[in-house]
Amino acid sequence: MLQAVASPAGPAPVAGTTAPPLLSVRNVTLRYKTPNLLITATENVSFDVRQSDRFVLLGPSGCGKSTLLKAVGGYMKPVAGEIHINGRQVTKPGPDRMMVFQEFDQLMPWKTVLENVMFPLTVARKLPAKEAEDLARSYIDKVKLTRAVDSYPHTLSGGMKQRVAIARGMAMQPDILLMDEPFAALDALTRRQMQDELLQLWEDTKFTVIFVTHSIAEAIKISNRILLLSPHPGRVKAGVVDVDQANVEDGSAGALEREIHDLLFSEPGHRE
Amino acid sequence: MAKPQILLADAGAIAGTTGAHMAAVEQKLGPVELIWGIGAVRKTLLILVLAAIWQIYASYLDNPLLFPTLSDTLTTLVDRFADGTLPARIGTTLNILLMGYAVGTLLAALLTVLAINTRIGTDFLETMTAMFNPLPAISLLPLALIWFGLGASSLVFVLVHSVLWAVALNTHAGFLGVSRTLRMVGANYGLTGFAYVTRILVPAAFPSILTGLKIGWAFAWRTLIAAELVFGVSSGQGGLGWFIFENRNLLDIPAVFAGLLTVIVIGLIVENLVFQTLERHTILKWGMKE
Repeated sequence: MLQAVASPAGPAPVAGTTAPPLLSVRNVTLRYKTPNLLITATENVSFDVRQSDRFVLLGPSGCGKSTLLKAVGGYMKPVAGEIHINGRQVTKPGPDRMMVFQEFDQLMPWKTVLENVMFPLTVARKLPAKEAEDLARSYIDKVKLTRAVDSYPHTLSGGMKQRVAIARGMAMQPDILLMDEPFAALDALTRRQMQDELLQLWEDTKFTVIFVTHSIAEAIKISNRILLLSPHPGRVKAGVVDVDQANVEDGSAGALEREIHDLLFSEPGHRE
Repeated sequence: MAKPQILLADAGAIAGTTGAHMAAVEQKLGPVELIWGIGAVRKTLLILVLAAIWQIYASYLDNPLLFPTLSDTLTTLVDRFADGTLPARIGTTLNILLMGYAVGTLLAALLTVLAINTRIGTDFLETMTAMFNPLPAISLLPLALIWFGLGASSLVFVLVHSVLWAVALNTHAGFLGVSRTLRMVGANYGLTGFAYVTRILVPAAFPSILTGLKIGWAFAWRTLIAAELVFGVSSGQGGLGWFIFENRNLLDIPAVFAGLLTVIVIGLIVENLVFQTLERHTILKWGMKE
């Protein structure tokens, strides 16, 4: 059943899961510099992601959720705390953590859809061309782009570009797929369709994904676990587990959405 | 109580109201309009008109020492091609040009790779381009003649200067303009150093690199012809610029015009044919330029 666990210290461990986490983020504090400011993006954040989790980082703008994802991706070093994946400490970007970005220009314009998906397979996983092509084609089929396989990215729509990026990430079969608001720049209809397709893909392959969003509805639809962050600086506010049990038909999803909304915007001065 | 309802458009009604306009959705353009739409046709026509004006005016002037007719010029051009003078001169010029262009581009590549990977490299490139880009390469020719003597190496030295800074400046600007997302994608694949530059930065910055190569070519071509006018004969083998200068001294003005025409045609061929073909197969195909 639906369980919304809210605790200021972080998500409470869920009973019955003893396997070591795939990804563990421990007391991570992240800071970055602008020309005249030193900004603390997140402070003392901890969470675990397990195999086949659809883990959502949710919070209003300024809560450091994208920065946190970049740190997991290895693009930023925490000033305090540690990030481990499969027991190895994260120090730099690598193909075991494939990123899917929000921006449409993440595809290489000089490569066709097929070449875009094949490129990391040959460069990072060192697969022979034939093997890489077969793998790439099978994932392009999965995201329903079979017909566009030889097209260049500039001829594709925004939704199709994001599908290519997802196929590229998944074809690498990374330990974890990192998605940074991948559907935020899409129109509402396409976004809903992409959410459905992402869930379908997850049913097929049960990949592990961390998904950053600022839409509560999207978080509830996509995830099985949510980490709620509060802004300025980003701190863990609550963890929500068994989100996949929320149901649109019986209204429990709507109720959860309201509950999360009230939780996120309860503090005075943070109403948006 | 009113309930929301979906009213489907009646198929008959659609056919009835818009059927009459269906033919107007797509219509073929007339043949004249189609031909006039081709840029090459319009430009060819312009050239023909200018050629006619040249021929008529020169015939009216009737002074081959000042302004030979187009037909005289073309006859001389054909003669000099047939007797092998012009092909040999073109060969000499292009030979030196390609050498200077290749060395300049190579140095530019080296400098920009250094600049993108190290901060001191960036500073070096920025300082050098700031100093040498405004300096016309031809102004180094007197110095080059002292250092390298009357030979091809002086010309190559001047050419390298005319190519290097333009190409390096544009390539570096192109590298800096590569989107953050693409760079992060490259890092995500574990690409670093040389592989990162060649697999991500160079293709992503290709529009700027191509612009640099074009500007570099234009600079080199103009500089070389100018340099050959000043001196251009080394071991009895002059280039196109020397051909023009030599014939002016002999007062063979149709040959001077023929030389100028050759310079124009070669410039046009390279700038429009070579670079446009390259552009069509790269950045236009990739949608990086409208």
